[in-house]
Amino acid sequence: MSEKLEPSQVSGVSRRGFLKGLSVGSVATGLLSDAAPSEAAERGRIQGPGEIPVTLRINGKNEKLSVEPRVTLLDALRNRLDLTGAKKVCDRGTCGSCTVIVDGHPVYSCSMLAVEAEGRAITTIEGLGTPAKMSAVQKAFVKHDAQQCGFCTPGFVVASTAFLRLNPNPTLEDARAGLGGNLCRCGTYAHMAEAVVEAAKSTKGGA
Amino acid sequence: MATAKWPAQDQRKLIGKRIDRLDGPAKATGAAKYSFDINRPGMLWAKLITSPHARAEAVSVDFTEAKSLPGVRATWENPNSIGKDQAGNGKIQYIGQIVAAIAADTEEIAKEAASRVKVQYAPMPHQANDRDPQLFQGQPGGRNVGNVEEALAKADVKIEGEYGIPVITHCCLESHGQVAELRNGQLNLWPSTQAVSSYADVSMTDASGGLQRSNIHVDCQHMGGGFGSKFNPGTWGVASTALSKQAGRPVKLMLERDEELMIGGNRPSAYAKIKVGAAKDGTITAIDAEVWGTAGPGGGIPQQIPYVIDKIPNIRLSVKRIATNRGPAAAWRAPNHPQQCFLTMSAFADTAAALKMDELEFFVKNAQLTARPDVYTEELKIAADLIGYRQKAHLRGDPRPGSVKRGLGMSMHTWGGRGHRSECDVTINPDGSVEAKTGSQDLGVGTRTVITIVVAETLGLPMESVKVEIGRNSYPASGGSGGSTTVGGVSTASRLASTDALNALIEVVAPKLGVQADALEASDGYIRQIDKPNNRIAWKNACALLGVNSITKRGLNDPGPAEQQGFISQGVGGVQMADVAVDIETGVVTINEMVGVQDCGLIIDLKTAESQVHGSMIMGVAYALYEEAVYDFKTGRMLNADMEFYRLAGLKDVGKLKVHMMTSKSYEDRGVIGLGEPPVISPGAAIANAVANACGVRVPHLPLTPDRVIAALQKGGIV
Repeated sequence: MSEKLEPSQVSGVSRRGFLKGLSVGSVATGLLSDAAPSEAAERGRIQGPGEIPVTLRINGKNEKLSVEPRVTLLDALRNRLDLTGAKKVCDRGTCGSCTVIVDGHPVYSCSMLAVEAEGRAITTIEGLGTPAKMSAVQKAFVKHDAQQCGFCTPGFVVASTAFLRLNPNPTLEDARAGLGGNLCRCGTYAHMAEAVVEAAKSTKGGA
Repeated sequence: MATAKWPAQDQRKLIGKRIDRLDGPAKATGAAKYSFDINRPGMLWAKLITSPHARAEAVSVDFTEAKSLPGVRATWENPNSIGKDQAGNGKIQYIGQIVAAIAADTEEIAKEAASRVKVQYAPMPHQANDRDPQLFQGQPGGRNVGNVEEALAKADVKIEGEYGIPVITHCCLESHGQVAELRNGQLNLWPSTQAVSSYADVSMTDASGGLQRSNIHVDCQHMGGGFGSKFNPGTWGVASTALSKQAGRPVKLMLERDEELMIGGNRPSAYAKIKVGAAKDGTITAIDAEVWGTAGPGGGIPQQIPYVIDKIPNIRLSVKRIATNRGPAAAWRAPNHPQQCFLTMSAFADTAAALKMDELEFFVKNAQLTARPDVYTEELKIAADLIGYRQKAHLRGDPRPGSVKRGLGMSMHTWGGRGHRSECDVTINPDGSVEAKTGSQDLGVGTRTVITIVVAETLGLPMESVKVEIGRNSYPASGGSGGSTTVGGVSTASRLASTDALNALIEVVAPKLGVQADALEASDGYIRQIDKPNNRIAWKNACALLGVNSITKRGLNDPGPAEQQGFISQGVGGVQMADVAVDIETGVVTINEMVGVQDCGLIIDLKTAESQVHGSMIMGVAYALYEEAVYDFKTGRMLNADMEFYRLAGLKDVGKLKVHMMTSKSYEDRGVIGLGEPPVISPGAAIANAVANACGVRVPHLPLTPDRVIAALQKGGIV
């Protein structure tokens, strides 16, 4: 993969970027993987199979951890760092519940290895707001009741945030297309596009 | 004194308003901790070893190689899967059946260790076909009313059709499972469950080595979807508890996605051959139905045909449950109703088409054959107005040129929804704070919000002043969230408890205000004299009069008496209509618009109630257009046990949705009735009827995928 993804190519649909990655290599190659090679790859030697040290920059903070090379970014976040906002649902790049923002783009964290994420700016749902201080997108999801059991909600909120950063003035139709990479089981879509568009209007960019 | 009776519409400040769900901020920020999110110090990860054979004897399990991996801490074998049953057959009944489990320091090691467990199987012949009624042996169930043969012979019009709705899965986004921590004779469980109070059952006592319920502590604050499939600990629960006991450490065991889809529960299939006879004026006179399907190795299949329109003088029904070596069924939101509704309403819409009669006129006419003709007639008219029926309707087959055909369809449904037995404690503290506790759970329907609304309304306080705690089995027992029973149960229990607590406070306050307790009420943050509101005391000051003692009162929703007293009721009617476009060249079906009209008694929170209906309609779009557990009969394997090929609806798939709740006085006076199930029943039938109306032919089997639409168009005919 020699090109950098343009905003129009990702526009909130991380699946598309993911499939792009698939077309040129294996799943493990992942999205954006050659845009900035990981330290491990740069060192040019085989890592693992045991645990290796990795430093991840998450929500503006460096986190040092020790993981096997086969550990996904999602599992590193959830199992090692107790950042459980990103959810494990399909575990193969379909449902979007594990969406995080990597270098400004929405990424399925189940489909990126933790070692690949080294050296990148990672934003998780925990970095977007707290119950006492919610972002515009989060407030809009609450107000429009775009959630029920809530298990898919962090993924949708992160995807919406990344989408709005790349598309600050979406129409309802844009929002529906832009969130096509996430799935909900309870059926909370009724007012979700309105929530995203309202968040865009309230902040000119959502987050 | 306050009375517990639900307040009249003009008296309510909170009940029935549109109120944001209280746990919305926690969910939208990722702060909400689900069972899957519980990480305990020293916690192990467990993975399952499941059968690759649809029917077999699991002869032996060898953990030797798995145990050689560093970090493997405990192993468990399932006695219900290994060896022979009493009849001498192997115990494996379906692919995915849990044979063993293994726990290790990390998820990665557990997964690898599970792949190294060697199980020796002796495969046996299996049966996975649910489509052929000839496979049924034995005496069919069913019933016989009147004389069907004679009535069909005399009918002005007769139709005969075959219809089908496949097995679908629950596909909960949070898979089934729990974190179990057994130490010092105490078992702590964090399960993903829809039945907190009853979760610690005998299986947990057995798996923990005999712990009593008082030493088993269940905690479920948030859970990621159940839809009827998450009442009991299940084999995964037994395994994780046993592994924790063995390792002396906490164990997390959540199903993998393919396991979730194969064994986490599914909705039985239902296929039918149906004949309907009707008079010229549209009145249905006879129905003759043969229904078959599977619920896996055991369990029941849908059999109440005809559905809703059931006061038909001549009915013959034959029901054949086909046992298959496939994952077992579990209650799926409105168990059996969506299938019964789809089969019945499809055949009836085909009857209207054969009569060349307007479908709305036909259903209004036959609403007379339901238990509640007035309700359905009113709802049909409202739905027709909302969808613009008069402007858009045409007889079967869109007559306009072009390859994209548009059509309307409709369906009717019913459900019980009487509140379950439920207890709630409400405490008023001397500092003015208020707590409500009940062992209920919030599946995403708004249980916390509903209880808070009721307690705050009763005490005349803002919602922020009431702290509601649910999700623990140490709290007063409340029923499992199944069958739309929760809202009636918890709202009545919390209303009774808070009324009693308030009256106890009023007794203390009355002398201070110089009046009898009868003269006082709670409103706007005061206890005040009803006919002289300025004679009042602020809530906090009133509570200070309690001295050191809090007031705690327990409310009980005892369903029988509560129904008699008007707190709760049961039996709702709903109507849905769909407006679809069908591309007759590609077979693709698009939802333009759906309308849901729903009666559910007194609504506590209009916002979350509407969300229930919206969500149900969206789930309905998914099972009407996309969802099917595809099984290979030869191997007995589910071929699409993932979320790529087991498709759910996405944001772009659902069209425009309109919801109308029946909230007039006559509906509200019935009391509170559950809402989770009813609106999920009709979408399959309404959408399928709309597709038939658009493209002029019946597409007989859900989901209405492009290949099925094209095949039906090629076959032609009205039905």
